[in-house]
Amino acid sequence: MGLIEAIILSVLAASTPLLLAATGELVTERSGVLNLGVEGMMIVGAACGFGGAWLSGSIIVGALCGMVAGILMSLIFALMALGLAVNQVATGLALTILGIGLSGLIGAGFVGERITPAPHLHIPGLSDIPLAGRILFGEDGFVYLSIALVVGVWWFLYRTRAGLILRACGDNHVSAHALGYPVLRIRLYAVMFGGACAGLAGAYLPLAYTPFFIPGMTAGRGWIALALTVFASWRPARLVVGAYLFGAVTILQLHAQGAGIGIPSQFMSSLPYLATIIVLVLLSRARTGGSTAPAALGTVFVPDR
Amino acid sequence: MKRTLFAAAAILLAGCINSGAWAADKLKVGFIYLGPVGDLGWTYQHELARQALVKELGDKIETTFLENVPEGPDAERAIEQLVRAGNKLIFTTSFGYMDPTLKVAKKYPNVHFEHCSGYKRDKNMSTYSARWYQGRYIQGLIAAKMSKAGVLGYIGSFPIPEVVSGINATMLGAQTINPNIKVKIIWVNSWFDPGKEADAAKALLDQGADMIMQHTDSPAAMQVSSERGKLAFGQDSEMIKFGPKAQLTSILDTWAPYYIERVKAELAGTWKSEDTWGGLESKMFEMAPYTNMPDDVKKMAEDTQAAIASGKLHPFKCPVVTQDGKDVECKGGDHLEDTQILGMNFYVKGIDDKLPGK
Repeated sequence: MGLIEAIILSVLAASTPLLLAATGELVTERSGVLNLGVEGMMIVGAACGFGGAWLSGSIIVGALCGMVAGILMSLIFALMALGLAVNQVATGLALTILGIGLSGLIGAGFVGERITPAPHLHIPGLSDIPLAGRILFGEDGFVYLSIALVVGVWWFLYRTRAGLILRACGDNHVSAHALGYPVLRIRLYAVMFGGACAGLAGAYLPLAYTPFFIPGMTAGRGWIALALTVFASWRPARLVVGAYLFGAVTILQLHAQGAGIGIPSQFMSSLPYLATIIVLVLLSRARTGGSTAPAALGTVFVPDR
Repeated sequence: MKRTLFAAAAILLAGCINSGAWAADKLKVGFIYLGPVGDLGWTYQHELARQALVKELGDKIETTFLENVPEGPDAERAIEQLVRAGNKLIFTTSFGYMDPTLKVAKKYPNVHFEHCSGYKRDKNMSTYSARWYQGRYIQGLIAAKMSKAGVLGYIGSFPIPEVVSGINATMLGAQTINPNIKVKIIWVNSWFDPGKEADAAKALLDQGADMIMQHTDSPAAMQVSSERGKLAFGQDSEMIKFGPKAQLTSILDTWAPYYIERVKAELAGTWKSEDTWGGLESKMFEMAPYTNMPDDVKKMAEDTQAAIASGKLHPFKCPVVTQDGKDVECKGGDHLEDTQILGMNFYVKGIDDKLPGK
């Protein structure tokens, strides 16, 4: 019982940064913008998030700093890709390179410093229920925030007029423009939302996961979030499945190795990727068939004056 | 993809750093780093040594480093970049730079290369490494003394001989105290991923290990052990800050004396290709102060350290028995020969796990 609980708690923590970053990217991509700079926005979010928390002593201030940093990074992207209509792929890659360098610079002052990690919730009564209590009411706040965020995004995309317009921009920006919607402004907001989520996801790492900052600590999680968005065929519910599946297989393969079951570790390490891709591809096949990518994804839009 | 980007970034940065440095007439010394200089582990220790080098010989040399350079073919471009920028002595500081370094070395016979922890050499390419297994043996002794559960948790990076020999040395040391000691091994297949290292440490502790040893580069595992009130060993550098009540000791890479010696040789024109594999006797690495343990354990560790340094004790003294009960051929007299340790691809008796790829 104790082991199962421990595993589930580790899975929740491991999946949260992926879910946060991927949710933001999903909204960005649904508006038709492909921002490959998630890793860069995350790592800058991690540096600023840690810095904020370290200087202020407050995890919430740290999280806000991470989000603001992510938004600022995304604004650089928006300026290039939306304002100047530069190729989105190139801009996104450049943003990642910039972010990795920038985070090292920002973080240089507090590498090796420590903070008290985000506290785990404790609701008297509820958190003490065996097994379910710790999982449903006893993790750090970011875990529940990430779930609320996905639900919110789902509701926004499919149940509000604004969400419909955002999706319209992603599917056919010319038509959306012809109907009088400010395509570029909508995309700007979507890019900023993606930046805020990536920044928060990055900040989660030093604020709750491993409470110190080291350059490069995102270790490719931004790329995994990007891949999740694609394999979830741009749908929030599948994103949740993908993120938790990835986290679960990651943790389970570590436990399997510790238990010494004798499967080559190289294979075990690749399992999270394999399992997630297979399951999400099967899900997409079963339900829809064909491509579900936003039709205008990654294409440059210049409104005619 | 990520790795390629790092390389691209590194090369761009290198271009910037080097552009202003043409005027000087000093010896140019280049470094290729695997991680960021602030990783607080492997790369950080190389960086400390570079700084010590600059402090010692700064008026005669000029150093450049490229960080976050991926292992494998991509490294070739980064190394060549350093050559083109005029560096005459280049240190490539990770195992995976072996073939790329050799390739570049063949192309530029007038430039000297120093490759860390590999086994391929050429007339202008030396290798250097440290006998970390000696430190692992001492850690094994301490671990067996301090573990109440008799189960050690070991986080490995990649199943290469260096890491495997470390696990074996740990167990051989531990078995002299507790013949029934168990070890649980998790490979994270990465040198540096703080999140994954922390997850591995949690998994090991959740499965009943009460002591964490790591062969990965970040202090994440130390921090997890500390948070859980368990003991741990650091890696590469001093990690006591992340586990004031957890760190027993740590293997500290101390490259500075070697770097200074080699650069002096280069300046004097006496540099030649060599293979250096130093241990406790030559201070190629050191042990961090023995902390969080009773005095008798500390004394035992110090005595063992002295015995290894003086050559009285060899961690791989014969007979070494493999996990399936076979005696390993004793090529080095009363202990295994260096080549056997450098190519170690088996687990010793008492490890209840399968070596990946075997």
